This record gives sequence, C-alpha cells and structure tokens, in this order.
Amino acid sequence: MQDYDNMMDEGTADIGMAGGRRQFLKCMAWAGAGTLWLMKSGVLQAQPLGEANTVKGATFSFVQISDSHIGFHKAPNPDVVGTLRRSLAMINAQKTRPAFLLHTGDLTHLSKPEEFDILNGLMQEARVERRFYVPGEHDVIGDNGAEFFSRFGEKQHAGGWYSFDQHGVHFVGLINVLNLKAGGLGSLGADQLAWLKNDLAGLSAETPVVVFAHMPLWPLYPQWGWGTDDSGEALSYLRRFGSVTVLNGHIHQIQQKVEGNITFYTARSTAYPQPAPGDGPGPGPLQSVTAEALHRYLGIRDVRHVRTGGALAVTEEVLS
Amino acid sequence: MKPSWTWRLISMPAAVALCGVAVSCAAADVAPPKGVTHQVAIQNFAFAPKSLIVPVGTRVVWTNHDEEPHVVTSAGAAFASSKALDSGDTYAVTFFKPGTYTYYCSIHPMMVGTIIVQ
Repeated sequence: MQDYDNMMDEGTADIGMAGGRRQFLKCMAWAGAGTLWLMKSGVLQAQPLGEANTVKGATFSFVQISDSHIGFHKAPNPDVVGTLRRSLAMINAQKTRPAFLLHTGDLTHLSKPEEFDILNGLMQEARVERRFYVPGEHDVIGDNGAEFFSRFGEKQHAGGWYSFDQHGVHFVGLINVLNLKAGGLGSLGADQLAWLKNDLAGLSAETPVVVFAHMPLWPLYPQWGWGTDDSGEALSYLRRFGSVTVLNGHIHQIQQKVEGNITFYTARSTAYPQPAPGDGPGPGPLQSVTAEALHRYLGIRDVRHVRTGGALAVTEEVLS
Repeated sequence: MKPSWTWRLISMPAAVALCGVAVSCAAADVAPPKGVTHQVAIQNFAFAPKSLIVPVGTRVVWTNHDEEPHVVTSAGAAFASSKALDSGDTYAVTFFKPGTYTYYCSIHPMMVGTIIVQ
C-alpha cells in the first residue's frame, strides 16, 4: 500500500517534466506491458504494448478513457482523481499526439456539480486539442443530465447526441442512459434513432464509422443491465458500412465482439474494475482487488486510424 | 434470501394474531399491523424482498447496501423518487392508499420491485 501511494505521488506530481516522464516509464516497466490491438479487415490482432510501439501509416489517433467516477472514495480505489491523473499522464506521454480525447461516460459517481467541476479541471491536463464526452447513468441522476450537458454537451441537438468527422472517419456520439424504463436496459429512443438513420444516410459505405455510447450497444450481459434495448435498430443502420467500430464503457473491463463488419469494444475504467459477466451476485466495484494490483485493471485506449486499410487499430494500455 | 427470512421471523407473531389459529396463510402474504416500518434492502443490484405486501399506513424504508448508488423511482410516478442513494443511505415512503406500486432503480432499470398496499 505504502509503495503504491508513493509511486502515485511521484508519478502525478511531475506531469510534463522530464523527471515525471522517467518515473512514468519506470512505472510502465514495473507494471508490465498492455495490449496493442490491430484491426485489419475486421480481424483483431493483439500485441503486447511497450513504449516502442508504433503503428505505421496511422493518419491520426485518439484516446478513449471511461468511467472515472469522480466522487467514489471506497475500496478498491479511494483515489479516483489520482488514477485518472495517471491515465491522462499516459496520454501526454504518447509519442504521437492524439487528435482528441474521448470519455465514454460515468465522469462522476453521483452527478454532483462539484464532481463535474473536478473532472472538467482534470481533463484540461490532457494535452489534446479536443475532448468529447457522452454521459453515463451516473452523470444524469436527478436532473436528466442538465449538469452534464451544460458543461460537456456538444449542443448539436436537444437530445445531446452528435456526430463529427475526423480525417474521413465519421464519429457518432449516442446517449443511451436517459428515459430508462422499469425492467429495461439502456435506451436510445425513437428520436435519436431517427436522427442516426438520417445522419448516416448520406455517407458512402466505404466511410469508416466509429460509434460511441456509455452502455454497451450489444447484449453483453442483460442480466446485469449490460446492454441497450433498442441497439439492434441502430446496428441495422450500420451494417452496410465496411468498417464500423463501437466503443462503450460502463462495465469497467475489456470485452470484445466482432459481428460482420462491426467490431464492439468496452473500455476499462480509470477508477475501479467490475467483475466479469455473471461472476458473483452482481456488478459493482470489485472490492477484492488490492491497491497493489489495482493498476492492472485500469486503463486507457488509444485508437489509431490507418488510412490505407480503412480499418482501425485499437491499442489497450494498462494503467501502470 | 436472508432479509426476507428475517422479516418472516419477526412477523410471525403478527401473522398468528391476524390469521387466528385455524386459518392457514403463507407467511409472505401476511400483512403486518398498521404503523409498522418495513425494510427493503438494496443489495447486489436487487431489491430484497422484491415484493412486499403491507397494510395502508406502512412506512417502507429502503437501505442501499451496495457500493453503487441507486435511485428508488416509482414506475407510474405514484410516489416521489429518491435522490441518489449512496452506500448506506436510506429512503422512506409511507403508503396511505391501497394499490400496487411498482418501482425500479432509474439508473439500473433492471432492478424492479413491488409494494402492494392493502
């Protein structure tokens, strides 16, 4: 415990300085490598991730982080601010500067204004030009996301969903944590689906599409609420595209699935892990994880777009 | 379900008092006397007991035993929603009208429970 705390303090206090970077790389070596995911023609290839990893031919990269749960302060992670800072420091240490930073929800634990403010301040530490967000269910408690949207909303549409283009890749941010019904899962709703259909209608099938939302857009484990009721309809609009990548958070662990040209990923949390689907009585913080082992469960995702293949290479880096 | 079993043990004298000796009635269906407070535990992303039958005037207290926050929300807006219940927080509603009150957690909607007020 003491060793871990010291490591955290040294790693976060010197962000951006030479000493901090050395410390950071030392931590990486101490923690062991993460995994580099290469997606080529719809097939995933994994490589151990080290500091020397490069993806040749990448036209740009972006980083996904998720589930920071600012405000959570119990086992197994009483310092969610510190672990988020470590994730952001890793982003700043990337050799190639990411085009943007994507947070796939549960910024906060209880939707409190002060939690949002802390998260917002921390995210400014990442040296990226743009930051994109979608809310998690923890970000919309009691106010249907008013506090979230006032700070992080893209304000393209009243419902909060949005799209943008980056180097020929079409990105879509969806919201599936509002207007949830008793006994149901995540929900997109008719209005958002109609917008999505229209948003995608003008694109050629060769356009790579990246869709992101907080809750999984596939029935990952409905018994624990890990899915979205009307995701099937959304996916029906996406099947004609040659390369579709769906990025989600919510479950605090990596799960993947390939379905035709659509590849699904869920990201780790920067705060705490949850059990594997069906392992134990329910989801929630995996409290048995010791402080020394926590870093192995946390992480960031670095996605590099390789223009030649029209596909995405996804790397997953364990937070050291 | 442990909470349910505890409840039955506590309620047994009331069951005998209400039903009399000769009448057979299942413990789970027995209504407690008026003015009683009933507990619903929120644990492992579920309400326990999932279904509760109470007489008019009963105060129901939900206690969140999870590390995750939960929000007690009436499916038909028949009673006010709780705020986010953090670990250890409680929320109480007193039911004055008979009826079936379905409720769920607004952020984990697969969590559904029912209060039947008779």
